[in-house]
Amino acid sequence: MLIRKAPDLTYADVTPKSVYLDRRKFLRAMGIVGATAVTAKGLFDLALPPQVAFAATKFTSLVNSPFSTSEKQNSYDDVTHYNNFYEFGTDKGDPAKNAKNFNTSNWIVSVEGEVAKPRKFTMDEILKLAPLEERIYRHRCVEAWSIVVPWIGFSFNSLIRLVEPTPKAQFVAFQSYYDPRQMPLGRWAGIEFPYVEGLRLDEAMNPLTLLCVGMYGESLPNQDGAPVRMVIPWKYGFKSIKSLVKIKFQQKMPPTTWNLSVPNWYGFYSNVNPNVNHPRWSQAKERRLGEIFKRPTLMFNGYDDQVASMYNGMDLKKNY
Amino acid sequence: MRALLTSKWTKAAVFLLCLVPLDALIWRALHNGLGANPVEFIQLTTGRWTLRFLIITLCITPFRKLLNLPDLIRFRRMFGLFAFFYVCLHFLTYLGPDQSFDLAAMWKDVAKRPFITVGFLGFLLLVPLAMTSTAGWIRRLGGKRWQMLHRAIYFAAVAGVIHYYWKVKSDVRMPLFYGALVAVLLLWRLWGWLSRRRSVVAAKLSSEGARAGAAR
Repeated sequence: MLIRKAPDLTYADVTPKSVYLDRRKFLRAMGIVGATAVTAKGLFDLALPPQVAFAATKFTSLVNSPFSTSEKQNSYDDVTHYNNFYEFGTDKGDPAKNAKNFNTSNWIVSVEGEVAKPRKFTMDEILKLAPLEERIYRHRCVEAWSIVVPWIGFSFNSLIRLVEPTPKAQFVAFQSYYDPRQMPLGRWAGIEFPYVEGLRLDEAMNPLTLLCVGMYGESLPNQDGAPVRMVIPWKYGFKSIKSLVKIKFQQKMPPTTWNLSVPNWYGFYSNVNPNVNHPRWSQAKERRLGEIFKRPTLMFNGYDDQVASMYNGMDLKKNY
Repeated sequence: MRALLTSKWTKAAVFLLCLVPLDALIWRALHNGLGANPVEFIQLTTGRWTLRFLIITLCITPFRKLLNLPDLIRFRRMFGLFAFFYVCLHFLTYLGPDQSFDLAAMWKDVAKRPFITVGFLGFLLLVPLAMTSTAGWIRRLGGKRWQMLHRAIYFAAVAGVIHYYWKVKSDVRMPLFYGALVAVLLLWRLWGWLSRRRSVVAAKLSSEGARAGAAR
């Protein structure tokens, strides 16, 4: 068990990347309001709109995780310009363009349902919940491509323990943020929003299941699911819900967006499985971004040691 | 206008224009502009240009008649062959990077996945059309039979649209757009065919009526 040590700084105190990269603008702003005695934070707020101030913050003193792979990481550019985030458009390059001004300030994640201590978390509270770890995971999309990403976050079970699920809690339902005004392209996506996902409670408790707040040493870029998302590395990417606003513990299996859209193509479990054929894409192989030819896909995306036991006795062809 | 359409320079210029999508791909490849998934980018681009060239080819006949520009016929074969050229590139990116040139694996995939099956059928339909596109083959087959054979382009275009429609996950706007264009071009032909038939039947009836009148 790791000893929890709450960081002293809050999310807003970390120097925004856009600020330290743009010192001239910062200095100019400083010149304008320099005479006024304001705090540094107040200065940021004056110099830049809040959503920019929250855009990219550096995380330091990250804990290395034993779950990390030593495989070659994909470039930051690939991971931020090849996204499926249909609220911001259905082309892979759309989210990078259209999520630029996505406002993630004053973010609240509501935890409710079958828990003894339901509560709402601010981003500052989430960041103090457990020591932040860097976890380098393989990420496999159902579209037969994959990437290796150094995520930042902590096991989701740290949050579960805090809210104390009741014995009735069998499943966890997740919901993404949806605002048609900020996400006008969402209406053309062809799927229903807000995006919803779910896990069985034991899957949610698995230490691999990551509550993710950053990647590549920084906070999450908007197109990658800012400011907080799930990462479930042994399942297809669409299970790893982005821009999380609601977590509900419940007795019933929750509905999931892609399953609602095409039930015989996307199941509730959606574990990475090279032996279960998908009507659209062969799941036997995948293209690691940056490579030309495809490589074989691994059972549970190579995480079978950590997760296979949860599915003992289950027919994974039926429970796809 | 006539002089412009029949000039060999125009034909050369159009030929070079048809190569622009390929040039753009090569330029991007040399300048790191193919994005995170270059194979997919090339597949999408060549696939879309195949559909576009099929649609341009199908536009020639209606434009000749509606705009009274019969000389447009000079470009039809070239557009058709460019459609075939881009579908070959499209197919090669599938056979190579996707299937690692493994023909057995490719056949399994073609048989198993409906969107691949219909795309592959469309590709196969275009092969004999490209092969018989020369003047020699028109002579050998005879104009009527040659024309019958080349109506396969209608089915290839429809197959291309279905392939695209089944390929996208949920946002069907682009496939529907191309589908609408193909539908308009095919309906125009159907309408022409129906009205020609009607006039033939009418002519037959009136001539029969005249004969009956004469016999009386």
